[in-house]
Amino acid sequence: MSFTRRQVFGLTIGAAAFVAAGSRVSFAATDQTEEAIKAFTGGAEPKEGTVSLDTPEIAENGNTVPVGVSVDSPMTTDSFVESVLILADGNPNPAVATFHFTAMSGVAEAKTRIRLAKTQNVIAVAKMNDGSTFIDRKEVKVTIGGCGG
Amino acid sequence: MADPKPRVKVPKKAAAGEVITIKTLISHPMESGQRKDKQGNLIPRQIINKFTCEFNGQVVFSCDMDPAVSANPYMEFNAKVNESGTFKFTWVDDDGSVYASENKITVE
Repeated sequence: MSFTRRQVFGLTIGAAAFVAAGSRVSFAATDQTEEAIKAFTGGAEPKEGTVSLDTPEIAENGNTVPVGVSVDSPMTTDSFVESVLILADGNPNPAVATFHFTAMSGVAEAKTRIRLAKTQNVIAVAKMNDGSTFIDRKEVKVTIGGCGG
Repeated sequence: MADPKPRVKVPKKAAAGEVITIKTLISHPMESGQRKDKQGNLIPRQIINKFTCEFNGQVVFSCDMDPAVSANPYMEFNAKVNESGTFKFTWVDDDGSVYASENKITVE
C-alpha cells in the first residue's frame, strides 16, 4: 500500500492535531491544580515550609494511599491553622480533601487515605488564621492506579 | 449497600488540657463517579462529602471530601480536652443522609 502526496499531508496534519489535543488534556490537570491553589489562597503565592506532608514513596495500591499532614503552629486562639487543602495533580479531578482545624484541635495534624490514579505529586496547602499560606509537595509512585476499573 | 456503620476510637479518660488522638472510620463505598459498570455506563457518584467532629457543641475538626478519598473513609486527628463531655461525629452523604456517632470522655 502506497500513499499519494495528498494522503501523506492529510495524515501528518491529522497526527499533529492529535498530539496537540493530547498534550492539552494532560496540561489541563496541572492548570486545574494551580487554579485550585489560587482559589484557596486568594491569589497569593504560598511559601515553602511550615506544612509537611507524610506520604509513602511508593504506593502499591492506588486505591488506598495513607497520607498525613502536619502543620507547625501553636494552635492557640490567636494563632492557629484554619484549613489545609490536599491536592493530587495527576487525578482526573485534583481536589482530594480540605481539613478545617480550630484552636480546639490542639495539634494541626490529620491523616486519611486517598486514591491516586497514577504516579504524581500530592500537594498540601495550609492557610493560617492571619491569611498566610504554606505549601508542600511530595511525589508518590503508584504501582496500580486507583481510578476507574 | 449495607448501612454505613461508623467506628470511632476516643480515649475514655484524659488529663485536663491533654491533646488526644481520635480515629474514625465509616464503611461507605465512596463511589467516585469515574467508574463504569459492565455495560459501559457510568456509575453515578455517591460519596460522603462532609465530616464534622464537635465537642460539647463546638466544632473541633471538619473535613470536606472529594471523590479522591478512599472507600471506607478513615480520619485521624487531634483534639485538646479541658473538661468532660461528649464528642459528636457526623458524616453527610451525597444523597443527604446523615450518619452520626457519639462518644463520652471523662477528664480528671
